[in-house]
Amino acid sequence: MTTETAIRVSGLRKAYAGHLVLDDVTLEVQAGEAVALLGANGAGKTTLLKILGTLVRPTRGEPRVAGLHCVRDAEAVRRLVGVLGHGNFVYEDLTAFENLKFWTVLGGHRVDAGALRAALAQVDLDRFADERVRTFSAGMKRRLALARFVLSRPRVLLLDEPFASLDRRAGKWLDDYLHAFKAGGGAILMSTHSFGRGLGVADRAAILAGGRIALDTPVAGLGADDVRRLYDLHAEDGA
Amino acid sequence: MTYARRAWIVLWKDVVTERRSKETLNALFFFALLLLFVFQFTLGGDRERLGAALPGLLWLGFILSGILGLGRTFLAERENDCLEGLLLSPGDKSAIYLGKVAGNVALMLTVEAMLLALFALFFNVDVAGALPPLAGVMVLGTVGFAAIGTLFAAMTAHVRARELLFPVLLLPVQVPILLACVKATEAVLLGEPLSAVAHWLKLLAAADVIFVVAGVLTFDAILEG
Amino acid sequence: MTRGLGWVAAVLLMGGLLMAFGVAPREVTQGNVQRIMYLHVPSVWVAYLAFVVVFVASIAYLANRSGAADRLAHASAEVGVIFTGLTIATGAIWGKPTWGTWWTWDARLTSVAVLFVIYLGYLLLRGMIEDPERGARYAAVLGIVGALDMPLIHFSVYWWRTLHQPPSLLKPGSATMPPIILAALLVNFVAFSVLYVYFVAKRVRLLRREQEAFA
Repeated sequence: MTTETAIRVSGLRKAYAGHLVLDDVTLEVQAGEAVALLGANGAGKTTLLKILGTLVRPTRGEPRVAGLHCVRDAEAVRRLVGVLGHGNFVYEDLTAFENLKFWTVLGGHRVDAGALRAALAQVDLDRFADERVRTFSAGMKRRLALARFVLSRPRVLLLDEPFASLDRRAGKWLDDYLHAFKAGGGAILMSTHSFGRGLGVADRAAILAGGRIALDTPVAGLGADDVRRLYDLHAEDGA
Repeated sequence: MTYARRAWIVLWKDVVTERRSKETLNALFFFALLLLFVFQFTLGGDRERLGAALPGLLWLGFILSGILGLGRTFLAERENDCLEGLLLSPGDKSAIYLGKVAGNVALMLTVEAMLLALFALFFNVDVAGALPPLAGVMVLGTVGFAAIGTLFAAMTAHVRARELLFPVLLLPVQVPILLACVKATEAVLLGEPLSAVAHWLKLLAAADVIFVVAGVLTFDAILEG
Repeated sequence: MTRGLGWVAAVLLMGGLLMAFGVAPREVTQGNVQRIMYLHVPSVWVAYLAFVVVFVASIAYLANRSGAADRLAHASAEVGVIFTGLTIATGAIWGKPTWGTWWTWDARLTSVAVLFVIYLGYLLLRGMIEDPERGARYAAVLGIVGALDMPLIHFSVYWWRTLHQPPSLLKPGSATMPPIILAALLVNFVAFSVLYVYFVAKRVRLLRREQEAFA
């Protein structure tokens, strides 16, 4: 892994027809760091994550992951990032094992039944490996989505409201997972509406409002209430 | 080779999914059966007229079932953001396209075989003698149809009125293939050798190559955000 | 410059129409209605030209995502559809007294009709996708496929049915028409081509203004 900053955006701008979503976004995330992205609905959190995930092209600006340009070097970036959106990238009619096999082979990795089952074990799904995903709960589907990362080993995680629709136990599990990921040198950028759980693993909080980063602050020493106050102050005005 | 493995895994997934749910194949079988009845009611009675119209009716049946079947090819991907997942997985996206096309060709040929058998049964037509050349025409026509159908299905996956837009875009582009297939089928059913319709077959082959290459080169742009 | 082009087109068109309806000789068997050929044939030429331009511009757009390439493809498709419609209309007007029917399934008219529907679909697609960037990309793919289809359509329909005159203008070597008719035809060709460029230029400018108003 190079010494390049894990995530770096500068002057990022995204306009859809007649509608400016991101104006001038500048943000950095280092390896081993987790940044929580906060903002009102429609503030552009998902758009920012999608641009970094190479799913959307920016109108202007330099989105970079590990020094690579997200548009020009999209394929290289895709090898480095793990993306989790609202959907979980699972095929309902396949089993957990088959889903993992599909995504792993599609990602260009060699598949080994033993390695796949071990990956499922790491996310506590080995007992359900041969059950169809249609029978899974939201938390289980999310764990299956993360199982892909065991084999693809991303260096950067881009997560869009990862704690949404997870129960307490699944949320705790995710929290532990993200801590371990950070400890392993990975970088995390995640959007969240939950001040309690989402911020647990975050080192910094960045508030997106009016198409820009209105506030970028370390969260050490801040409680959930402090963050909520900052959020109320910055997030809902100016948009 | 990784590319081939990736195309294969897409084909594998579609086959496993279809085998398990059996949604598409069952529905298309019943649709084919219904078409038969509709043709009989609207054209039936006069055996000679039916016989003369047979190549056209056959391909009409193939095209209509094809449109229904192809329109669903990215249905599973629309759930759970899997379409985005396909874009996110590193590697040449055209492998995904080829895997999808292969699956669709297999699906369509299966339905076409069913329809042909039903036609032979219900309209009392002897196709046994013409089977090998007929199969050749069916394969050539289906590859071209599936190549563009898969591409346009991906294109219209995001559009609200996709059930309307998909056939509207697909049918005019398929006119050359349709003409060639009907004319070649006509000749084959009359017992003529394939060499008599060599120009049509060459057209079909050319169309297949052009459409598959176009799909391979442009699928990436369709899959993007 | 566009305005100058407009004037040139207008002058050429007037000259062309004059030659077609005034100067050129009356056709022996078909009568005066044959004069519509001077509008019909150049229309077809411009329609095909327009779709080739859509093809090239679509490839350019996919290659470098330039807004200019996209606007050119869009404008050319619109103008192409208009001239295709004109071709079909003039063909029908010619056909009714000549062959007794408004529509014949002859090779050229059918080919043009299929192209008409394909590029109407192109405009429909653009209209139905809200995100303009995605619309531009999808339209580019359709523009490429449609253009690649043109030779396939041409040959398949031609082999399927022919009622039309064999294409006398494009036969290598001899021109089977007397010079005055050829001249009238050529003037109209040039007039229609200039008209095409004028319309596309105006449309591209309008599209650019629309996009700037939103951005």
